[in-house]
Amino acid sequence: MSEPERPAAPNASDAAGRPKIGVDEWVASAEERHERSRGLGGLVSRGWEGSPAEAKLIVFVALASTLPFWMNEGELFSYGLYTLLYALLALGLNIVVGFAGLLDLGYVAFYGFGAYGYALFSSNHYGLHWQAEASIPLIVLGTAAVGLILGLASRRLLGDYLAIVTLFFAQAFVAFVNNSNPKVAGEGLTGGPNGIPGVDPLNFFGFKLHSTKQYYFFLLIVFSLAAVGLYFLNNSRTGRAWRALREDPLAAEAMSIPVNRLKILAFMFGAGTAGLTGTIFAAIQTGVVAGNFDVALLITIYAIVILGGLGSIAGVLFGAIVINVSTQFLAPSNDHPELKRWLFYGAILLIAAKIRPWSRTAAVFVGTAAFGFVVHAIASGISSDWTNGTVVDAGSAASAIRNWVIVPSGHTGFQTWAYIVLVAAIVVTSQLKGWWRMAALIPTLYWVAVVWENVLVQQSAVTALILFGVLLIALMQARPQGLLGTARVEIV
Amino acid sequence: MPMLLRLSGVNTYYGQIHILTDVDLEVAEGELVCLLGGNASGKSTTLKTVIGIVEPRTGTVEFAGEDVTGKNTSYRIKQGMAIVPENRRLFAPMTVRENLEMGAYLLGRAKKEDFERVYSLFPLLHERRNQLAGTLSGGEQQMVAMGRALMSQPKLLLMDEPSMGLAPILVERNFEIIKQVHEAGVAVLVVEQNANISLSIADRGYVLQTGRVVLTGPAKDLLEHEDLKKAYLGR
Repeated sequence: MSEPERPAAPNASDAAGRPKIGVDEWVASAEERHERSRGLGGLVSRGWEGSPAEAKLIVFVALASTLPFWMNEGELFSYGLYTLLYALLALGLNIVVGFAGLLDLGYVAFYGFGAYGYALFSSNHYGLHWQAEASIPLIVLGTAAVGLILGLASRRLLGDYLAIVTLFFAQAFVAFVNNSNPKVAGEGLTGGPNGIPGVDPLNFFGFKLHSTKQYYFFLLIVFSLAAVGLYFLNNSRTGRAWRALREDPLAAEAMSIPVNRLKILAFMFGAGTAGLTGTIFAAIQTGVVAGNFDVALLITIYAIVILGGLGSIAGVLFGAIVINVSTQFLAPSNDHPELKRWLFYGAILLIAAKIRPWSRTAAVFVGTAAFGFVVHAIASGISSDWTNGTVVDAGSAASAIRNWVIVPSGHTGFQTWAYIVLVAAIVVTSQLKGWWRMAALIPTLYWVAVVWENVLVQQSAVTALILFGVLLIALMQARPQGLLGTARVEIV
Repeated sequence: MPMLLRLSGVNTYYGQIHILTDVDLEVAEGELVCLLGGNASGKSTTLKTVIGIVEPRTGTVEFAGEDVTGKNTSYRIKQGMAIVPENRRLFAPMTVRENLEMGAYLLGRAKKEDFERVYSLFPLLHERRNQLAGTLSGGEQQMVAMGRALMSQPKLLLMDEPSMGLAPILVERNFEIIKQVHEAGVAVLVVEQNANISLSIADRGYVLQTGRVVLTGPAKDLLEHEDLKKAYLGR
């Protein structure tokens, strides 16, 4: 019997391409060791990373310019104009939260300042009808000054403390505007709960913007300019110092970076951008009320910035498109109710398609479909009133849904129970592992559809919020840095 | 040699806890001084008092002939202090070059000569200048941290535990670099637990024990000191 072959002595193995002992070179070769993403996704992501920022902007502007030619006025207003408005607003928040890492929950108040400022200077309220070229710069500077004051007051605060102070500021703004309404020049300053109606359209040197199309192109130009400006700002020394401040405030201070001044500067830039967006918003709405600047808007804007990726300008735009378009799809007044359904089932399919390997994905889909028909057959066998409810706004997919999802009629309380069962099913599924999870996923997915058809599709305003929440949770699990954000790399 | 840094009768508190008791400490221009002591002996607090992150309740901190007690950190850095913080605290998602740039933030736009001076001390950093600092190894990060502090052309370099978390060979390499920086004319105050290696390159040393200076003298003598040998050198 021969001895088993011994591995060669370590110092004899240099020729075999093994690393030498005591010589670490792999950090130097980090670039070559970078994993290349493959397939179509890899091609897209490499193309995205490889193309310069100017090219991205040009492609976006070119695509965005075609919108007015194939959308009607209403669609352009809700999909085009509002997406750009949100994107511009989120750009400003991105300076404060994304670049400088300051958790500013008072951001919408600056938006309100801008909107109310424009409404005071250019409306029938005081009879001042200032031209936009005079009032907008004045209001932007004024809002930045308010940002300076808030920044000064909270310059020593970070994290949770800053969040509390700024949230108070936002709430104080809404409360003041709603309730205080002090008399100035014989007229209530803010109009109280009625707001200020009759705001002028934007009027530059006598040229009035009056159609949605004109506002859309105006906003596209403003957004592009703001994005370019912020791109350069982020790549300036100040931008880098903001990043240093965001990463490690104490180290930044020990490096003598003027932390307080930079924080205030970030607040001012953010506030100015919000003020600018506010003026345009007031002109588009032709009126302002305090309810426009509440916490719901703040959450939407934060969702945009987080979804897109903190600190990424392209991400902000992407987030604004996703959030605004899905909000508009789910809006109760949407003319195309079937879009809600496409959005919902599309999102479910996308999430389920993350299952690997593919055979398992297919098994789950087929299983869910079969499970549905079986449950439907059993339910209708028990009693026909379990399946003869009305399917809401189904359009072309109505018959498919009617034969697959159980929609009972006359069973009061079913909606509530369905909802509770869904939550329980999701919790159970998330706790299981391996094949058990796959098995539990099939009834859970089916039940998601049941709850959607019975509860959510009828209450789309609530659904929109739930969908945002689910979207953000799923995203934070899959990509904590947001869609276009940069992942943190630390090999320590 | 004229004195660069002088702490006299410094008492520092964290809230109601008395940390430093009557600490006197001096660093002359171009001198390499090490501050030794075990855990919780007040080493880092001394350093924080020097740079101005905490203020002493009594006593004074003089730097370059000026009383800087009560002045903030950025003022002291402007006067010529620089710090390499404990655990390095680099800006991980920024490149090596951007990290260096932040070191000279106070002096306006970072100058080419400053980069070149740092790159000539650490040629490796020039190779890695566009790499993210977070992707470097521990030893390389230490170089970035030192380079970042040297960007502002300090008269006095403060180093908090430079050997922490490094392989023995890197610790030696590190102290060679400290020596090199010192030979270039910069005064250095090193806070260390590794008494052996820091005393071997230092001119003078201080030993702290529960917030008091218990021993001071030329590094040669301290290396031979019986108590110190027993306590720190393990011989």
